[in-house]
Amino acid sequence: MSLAVLRTRWLPPAVALAVFLGLWYLVSDVVLDADRRFLLPPPDAVVEVAFLDPVNRAPLLRGLALSATVALVGFLVAAVLGIAIGTAMSQARWVERSLYPYAVFLQCVPILALVPVIGFWFDFGLTSRVIVTVLIALFPVISGTLFGLQSADRGQHDLLSLHRASRVTRLLKLQFPSALPALLTGLQVAATLAVVGAVVGDLFFKQGTPGIGVLIDMYRARLQTEQLLGAALLACLLGVAAFSLLGLLIRATTGGWHGATADHRPR
Amino acid sequence: MPAPDDVMLALASVGRTFVDGTAAVRDLNLRVHRGEFVSVVGPSGCGKSTLLRLVSGLEPATAGTVDVAPCRLGYVFQDPTLLPWRTVTRNVELLAELEGIPRDERRRRVAQVLDLVGLTGFGRARPAALSGGMRMRASLARSLVLEPELFLLDEPFGALDELTRERLNDEMVALFTDSAFTALFVTHSVAEAVFLSSRVVVLSPRPGHVVGEVTVPFPYPRPGHLRFTPEFGRLASRVSDLLRDADGGNADWTVSA
Ligand SMILES: Nc1ncnc2c1ncn2[C@@H]1O[C@H](COP(=O)(O)OP(=O)(O)O)[C@@H](O)[C@H]1O
Ligand SMILES: [Mg+2]
Repeated sequence: MSLAVLRTRWLPPAVALAVFLGLWYLVSDVVLDADRRFLLPPPDAVVEVAFLDPVNRAPLLRGLALSATVALVGFLVAAVLGIAIGTAMSQARWVERSLYPYAVFLQCVPILALVPVIGFWFDFGLTSRVIVTVLIALFPVISGTLFGLQSADRGQHDLLSLHRASRVTRLLKLQFPSALPALLTGLQVAATLAVVGAVVGDLFFKQGTPGIGVLIDMYRARLQTEQLLGAALLACLLGVAAFSLLGLLIRATTGGWHGATADHRPR
Repeated sequence: MPAPDDVMLALASVGRTFVDGTAAVRDLNLRVHRGEFVSVVGPSGCGKSTLLRLVSGLEPATAGTVDVAPCRLGYVFQDPTLLPWRTVTRNVELLAELEGIPRDERRRRVAQVLDLVGLTGFGRARPAALSGGMRMRASLARSLVLEPELFLLDEPFGALDELTRERLNDEMVALFTDSAFTALFVTHSVAEAVFLSSRVVVLSPRPGHVVGEVTVPFPYPRPGHLRFTPEFGRLASRVSDLLRDADGGNADWTVSA
């Protein structure tokens, strides 16, 4: 890696991080009195208590593994369902007209209100958490798929019409490839939402093996702020990991032809 | 008089009115014989693209009859309409793929037409890496792969600079001389129309119909310097006059292009 790349790519986020940590220390050590420091322990205390102490670390890592599993399963289900629904909508206007309003509705409904219903039907275990995750992550996949499948231009469609291409040929050779950028962006948003969904679902259902959400709730109740912040940090890292993985996928599949144009913002 | 089976396409009193009530063409009559190169010129919005879409079957006529001899059709749009995720080679083989031509045969033909349009060596490039002229060459190549008998071209060189356009015109003439297709070529350049065509058809403003035509007697192949002969200028100004009359004298058609 060249020095220039180091400077333009990695320096800005590093500076931002330093500023953030600086502010954190400022609040912990200067703004808060010693007897109220438990409200925001400094970063080194968080690392020490939550991550370096093996007794505290074990439940955190177990929670992380569980939430990551819920997020992954939920994401995969949302991806398959969302792509299927979006594709169905793209094939017939009546499907789009009848389903899209409810997809938007689903996006807006407060999941909290559904928790008792979901719990009643699916018990308060992993299935329910996955369902909450799917509900939260589904919409961007549907809209990304639908928008993407409709993004091929008229001339390209005409070309296929001239050669009497079937619906399936049209989908495979034109619509899906041109949908990829929007579809993958939708999946990327869905991946981060799946992490949110997994943690939030956990918080709601509170039973069974504790995931990150249950831990957060527990640490909050016990005023164990170091562990609370540690758990939140792990959830963030999980989301960032999901986002980055999808970013890699995007670069690998469409990097060669999409967005090949330069960034036009002033430097 | 040519025999009836020499007629490649015949439009009789053709009209096309869109659902919003816009009449793009009305009472349009046109006959093109096998082996002719016919250019269509007319004010913008007069229904030239619609005419090609009617001939290709992409759109139905709302009046009159459109008869096209059964033949292999090539259609080149104003935009190159290449698929950005495919390389030049994969773009050029697209139509052959749709027609179910086996892979080996496709690749053989692709290599041949890339050579024909001067894109040898660019097969692995993506469209985004090509200049406008090269994209248009790729688009031409894509149609040529199927060896069209009737070639519809909708202002294919309209977006290119003059130098590139002239060079592609020279190559178009060479292609036409070698490949013996029938061409219906829409353009807004009078010089391009006269240089390429055996006949230039002039349309009225919308709703478009034929208001006149000029036969261009020069034999093919046509050398580039033909553009500077007095006879060429005479034919071009006849086309311009027709256009000006059709447009009620308010167009600024230039003979140069
Ligand atoms: N699908 C459509 N619906 C309504 N009007 C249309 C449609 N397509 C073309 N037109 C109109 O028909 C006229 C002729 O269009 P077109 O054939 O594209 O003209 P040209 O190619 O000569 O510029 C224009 O006024 C255009 O706005
Ligand atoms: Mg047009």
